[in-house]
Amino acid sequence: MTPPIDEDPRTYPDHKALPDQPHWRQDFPTDVPEDDHVARREFVKFLVLTSGAFAAGQCWIALAGPGRDRGPFPRKPVATTAELEERRTVEFHYPDDHEPCLALRLGPGRYVAYGQKCSHLACAVVPHLDRGELHCPCHNGYFEAEGGRPVAGPPRRPLPLVHLEVTDGVVYAIGFEPRTV
Amino acid sequence: MPADMEFFIDPHRCIGCHACEHACSECETHKGHSMIHIEYVERERSVQTVPVVCMHCHSPTCADVCPADAIKRSADGRVMTARKPRCIACSNCVLACPFGVPKMMAEFELMMKCDMCYDRTSTGRKPMCATVCPSGALVYAPRAEVESMRKRSRPTNTFKFGEQTITTKVNMMVPRDRPAEHLDVTAAIHDHPADELIALIVLTDAPTPEGVA
Repeated sequence: MTPPIDEDPRTYPDHKALPDQPHWRQDFPTDVPEDDHVARREFVKFLVLTSGAFAAGQCWIALAGPGRDRGPFPRKPVATTAELEERRTVEFHYPDDHEPCLALRLGPGRYVAYGQKCSHLACAVVPHLDRGELHCPCHNGYFEAEGGRPVAGPPRRPLPLVHLEVTDGVVYAIGFEPRTV
Repeated sequence: MPADMEFFIDPHRCIGCHACEHACSECETHKGHSMIHIEYVERERSVQTVPVVCMHCHSPTCADVCPADAIKRSADGRVMTARKPRCIACSNCVLACPFGVPKMMAEFELMMKCDMCYDRTSTGRKPMCATVCPSGALVYAPRAEVESMRKRSRPTNTFKFGEQTITTKVNMMVPRDRPAEHLDVTAAIHDHPADELIALIVLTDAPTPEGVA
């Protein structure tokens, strides 16, 4: 169907032409064709400002990234080895009191720990050590228990790694490493 | 939409049957809510009724007063229902419209109004109300046809509202041999209407009610 012809004139209460109308009439036109019209200058302004914002955001990320979460980390007891051997999974908070982490027993004397927040959208991952994996129920993301690397679902980055140290039968968390690859 | 089709309201022929309201509320885009209403004029003295549809002003006052820029006029001059994402349900348009057309739908938080059945007229069909009107008070036809059929009437689309002169897409049928009379409805707002006519009294020889001088 061809667009209808504009047979009805646009008039204004004071019967002056559009150039003599106050600016708000040109900024907020009543007619749909004028309202939908995007001038070249507006479009270029939009492009420059949004792409500038994106570029500035990338610079900000690049500058803020290296200084983040780089120790020194506290040395914090997680569990005793006996406890970890028995329960196989221990929840703790590291490096502060709010960041949830998981310590896992993969085999006799083999302990690993990861941040519990899924690298996709920060849901809490659930360990399934019998299958050797961690499952994020939000979007069905899977991580291998061995290295914390994503194996299925939306996550693309591994879970943050928590460095452990075993001294005198006590497992200590000594470092926190957010990983991108 | 065929360019020669126009909408004509002839209050003189309205019999107040409300068929237009029921037909309008059958529309699927606003089922159960009529966008047309019947106005009673001087009800204690007269049986005169007037069907009120949107007049589709060339300079829509409703759109001018909208603070949210929600009311838009289509390329062929139809003033549409407020855009749902923009409408803030402030009722400015309801108060401002000279003809009393926009309706505030509180349950939808949206102003809804007659759009001359855009879905129907854009595909060549008549608006709902014009298809059912039994007395020809609402007509959607070419202007030449209406002028030949209604020998005693002529269409006009110019109205006065205070200082404002309004021209509309929809036509109102007025007596053909009488000069144009502009009734200033805003004159009723003032305490002392100087020489402005307020009342719309059409029956000059109507019996005077008891107790009224």
